[in-house]
Amino acid sequence: MTDLSASPFVRQNLVAERAAPTKTTGFIGFLRTRLLNSPGNILLTILGLLLAWYIVVPAVRFLLVDAVWTGKDRTACLAEKAGHEVGACWPYIQAKLAQLIYGFYPEAQRWRVNLTYALGAALLLPLLMPRLPAKGLNSGLFFFAFPVVAFFLLHGGGISGFGVSWIAGLLQLFEQSIGGAGDLLVNLSRSSAIAPLLWVVGKVLVLVGVLIHWLIFPLTWLRDQLQASSLPVWGDFLVTAVIVSAVMFVLGGGVRTGRRALLGSLLTFAGIAVGIKLMGLDHGGFPIVDTRLWGGLLVTLVIAITGIVASMPIGIALALGRRSTIPLIRIFSIAFIEFWRGVPLITVLFFATYMLPLFVPGNFAVDGLLRALIGVAIFTGAYMAEVIRGGLAAVARGQAEAASALGLSWWKTTSLIVLPQALRYVIPGIVNSFISLFKDTSLVSIVALFDLLGSLRASFSDPVWTTPTTAFTGFAFAGMIYFVFCFGMSRYSLFVENRLNAHRRH
Amino acid sequence: MSIAPRKPPLQFALRLKRALGGKTGWNGFAAQIAFAAILAWIAYEIVANARTNLETQHIASGFGFLNYNAGFDVNQSLIAYNNSDTYWRVFFVGLLNTILVSVIGIVFATVIGFVVALCRLSPNGVLSRIGGIYVEIVRNLPVLFQILFWYLAVLAALPAPRQSISIFSTFFLNNRGLIVPLPVSEPGLYPFLAALAAGIVVALGLRHHARRILFQRGHMIRIWPYVLGCLVGLPLASMLIFGWPFKLELPQLKGFNFAGGARIIPEFVALTVALSTYTGAFIAEIVRAGVMSVHKGQMEAGSSLGLSRAATLRLIVVPQAMRVVVPPLTSQYLNLTKNSSLAVAIGYPDLVSVFAGTAVSQTGQAIEIIAMTMGVYLLLSLTTSALMSIYGWRINRSMAA
Repeated sequence: MTDLSASPFVRQNLVAERAAPTKTTGFIGFLRTRLLNSPGNILLTILGLLLAWYIVVPAVRFLLVDAVWTGKDRTACLAEKAGHEVGACWPYIQAKLAQLIYGFYPEAQRWRVNLTYALGAALLLPLLMPRLPAKGLNSGLFFFAFPVVAFFLLHGGGISGFGVSWIAGLLQLFEQSIGGAGDLLVNLSRSSAIAPLLWVVGKVLVLVGVLIHWLIFPLTWLRDQLQASSLPVWGDFLVTAVIVSAVMFVLGGGVRTGRRALLGSLLTFAGIAVGIKLMGLDHGGFPIVDTRLWGGLLVTLVIAITGIVASMPIGIALALGRRSTIPLIRIFSIAFIEFWRGVPLITVLFFATYMLPLFVPGNFAVDGLLRALIGVAIFTGAYMAEVIRGGLAAVARGQAEAASALGLSWWKTTSLIVLPQALRYVIPGIVNSFISLFKDTSLVSIVALFDLLGSLRASFSDPVWTTPTTAFTGFAFAGMIYFVFCFGMSRYSLFVENRLNAHRRH
Repeated sequence: MSIAPRKPPLQFALRLKRALGGKTGWNGFAAQIAFAAILAWIAYEIVANARTNLETQHIASGFGFLNYNAGFDVNQSLIAYNNSDTYWRVFFVGLLNTILVSVIGIVFATVIGFVVALCRLSPNGVLSRIGGIYVEIVRNLPVLFQILFWYLAVLAALPAPRQSISIFSTFFLNNRGLIVPLPVSEPGLYPFLAALAAGIVVALGLRHHARRILFQRGHMIRIWPYVLGCLVGLPLASMLIFGWPFKLELPQLKGFNFAGGARIIPEFVALTVALSTYTGAFIAEIVRAGVMSVHKGQMEAGSSLGLSRAATLRLIVVPQAMRVVVPPLTSQYLNLTKNSSLAVAIGYPDLVSVFAGTAVSQTGQAIEIIAMTMGVYLLLSLTTSALMSIYGWRINRSMAA
C-alpha cells in the first residue's frame, strides 16, 4: 500500500528553457531546409550555382559591361576600334528600331500607327481589368469597332458607299454565281448520261437566279439612285441608318419596348458617322499605305489581334456545330476542326499563299497580308473551337434545361444562358491561344511578310552593320520583346484562372 | 373480358424522321438540306474559279508531274538521290528527312524534359529555380525565333574548319556543321546484332517469368545477374569470336577540310537543338504536372508500407503519373513533328522545304503538292489521335475494373 499521508512531489523551480527549434522559414531557413540539408544537396547546390554563374556572368557582360552604346556604323562595334572584347552592339538596334517597329511604313504617316497602338491599348487595358464596368460596351468597341477603325487608319483609303451599296453588291454577286451555275448545268446536260436531271436542276437554278434578281431589284435601284446623287456616302448612310433603326425598333417590340433598341441603334450610327467624318472616309480618307510597306512589330500585332478577333466567331460557330444534334453540321464541324488542327501552320500559310488565290475569281487580287490573315484565322479558329467546346461542356446541363423549361428557343438559350457562362470559363484558355498565336505569327516571315522576326532577319543582311555580334544583339532585343508580351499574358491568364477558381481555393 | 392492348404507334415515320434529321426532326432535315446546298455552292465556286485561273495562268493539273525529273539537288538525303530523279523521289527524300529530325528531336526532347522536370521537382532550391527559369524563357519565345537564333547566331559564330572546336579529338564543331566519327561495318556486325537481339529477347522473357513467379508464389527471385549476362555477355562473346562489329572512322583535318567521319549539316544541328530544347520545356511541365497530380497520400502510404523512396516512386507514383502524362506527351511529340516543318526557314531539306517549297516553285502545281503535304501530316496526327483514344479507352477500362 502506498503511503497516502506523504505529501506529493511538487516541483519548486522552473524547468530550464529548451532551445528554440531550428528555424525553417526565411532566408536562413531556406538555406537549411532546401539547400544545405545533406551532403548530396550541398553538392547539387554548388553545381547549380556554378551553372547559373557561367550563364549569368557572360550574359551580363555581353548585354551591359562589354556593350557598345553609341556609334554611327559597324566600325564602332569592332573589337579593334573599341579596344576591348565587344558585347552587344546597341547602336545597331537604335539604327534599326524604326524598321523593327514600323517596317517601311512611310515616316510622315507613322503617327497613324502610333494612334492605332494607343487606341488599341486604351480599349484593351480596361477590358483586361475585371473590376472596371461596362464590359459589354468595351468588348463591342474592341472586337467590332476597333478592327474597322484600325483598318482605315493603317491602310488608308475611303468608302464610296455604305450598307445599301455593299449588300446590293454582295447579293448581285450571289445572283450571278447561281445563274452561272445553272447555265453551266444546262450546257453540261447536252453531253451527259443523266441529261434530263441536270437540265432540270440547271433550269431551276437559273430560275432561282432570276427570282433573286427581281427580289433584290428595289435594293439595286436604290443603290443606283444613291450613287448618282451628289453625296453618295452620306445618302447611303442615312438610308441604311433609317432602315436598320426601324427594323431594330420593330424587332425590339415596337412602341412598347422598342425604344431601347432604337436608341442603341441610333447611338451606334451616330458613332459611325463621327468616325467617318473624323477620318474623312467620304472623300478618300488617308493616303493609302500598301501592306507591302508594313513590317516589324506592326505586322506581328496586326496578325495576332486580327487572328484572335476573327477566330472567336469561327471558333464559337464550330464549337456549337460540333455539339449540334444535326448530323451533317456535326460531321462537317468535326472534319473541319480536325483537318486544320492536324496540319502544321506553315502548310496552312502555304495553302493561303499559293492555293487561295486560285480559289477566288481571277479579278480579285488578294493582298499578301490578307492571305496570311485568312490562313491564321482559319487555323486559330479550329484551335479556338476546341477551347470553347471545353467551356460549353463545363456549363452545367441544368442551365440549358432550365432555359428550355422557361420556353426559350435554342438560339436564346445558347446566346443568353450557355455561351456567356462558357466564355467566362475559357478566358484563360483564350489567353493561352493568344499567346501561342502571338508566337506563331513569326511564321509569316517564311511567306515573305516582314514581321518582327522577318524584319530582324532582313536587318542582318545590311552591310553597314555586319559585325560578329550583330546577330546576337538583334536576337537579344527581339527576344526581349517576345518574352515581355508572352510572359505578361501568361501571368494575366494565371491571374484570371485564380479569380475564376476563387471559390475552390482551400 | 379483357381490354385488347392498343397497337404501338407507327414507328416508321418516327424512324425516318430520326434518320434524316437527327434529334431535331424535320427542322434538322431542312437545316441539313440548306447546309448541303451552301456547301455545294461554295465547292462549285472554288472548282469553277480554280479551273479558270489555272487555264489563264497555263498551269497543268493532275499528279502526272510526280514522274518528271526534279532537276535540283538536295543537300541531305537518307536514300540515294541525284538531280535526275523524279518528284516522287523528292517526296520520299523530304519525308525521310522530316522523320529523321523528328525522331532524333523527340529522343532529345524527352531526355531534356525529364531532366528539367526532375530539377523542378527536386527539393534543392537552386536547381528547382534554374529549371523554372529555363522553362519560362524557352516557352515564351517563338520556336522559329529559337531555330533562327541557333542557326544564324550560334552556329554562324563558330570558327572555320581549321579552328574547329574539338571534343576529345573525335567530334569537331565548326561553321560547316558537326563532324562525327563514322561507324564502318566489319564482318562481325551481323553476329553481334544477332547476339544483342537474342540477349534482349531472353532478358524480357526472364522478366516475364520473374513476375509470374512473384504473382503466383509471392517469391521475389533474383534475375539481374542473368539479365546482365544476357545483355552484355552474349554480345561480348560474339565480339570475341567474330571480331569487332564495326570500327569508327575518325575525322582528320586535311588542308582546309576534314577527311573521314560524317558531316552533320548545320541546318540539322540547329533544327534539332531548337526543337528539342523548345519541346523539352513543354515536356518538363507535363511531367511535373503528372507527378504532382499523384496525391501526397500515395507517397505516404508507400513509405508506411515500408517501401524505400525509390521503390515508392517506381512502383506507386510513376505508374499513376504516367496515366496523366502520356496523352499530352504524345501531343507534344506530334507538335515537334509539325514544328519540324519550320525547317523551310533555314533550308533543311524536309518535306515542306523541298516538296512544298522548291517543287511548288518549279512546277507551279500548288494545289496537288500542298494537298499531298497536308495529307502526310494529317495522316500522322489522325493516327496518333486514334492510338491515343485507344489508350484512353484502355485506361478507363482498367480504372473501372
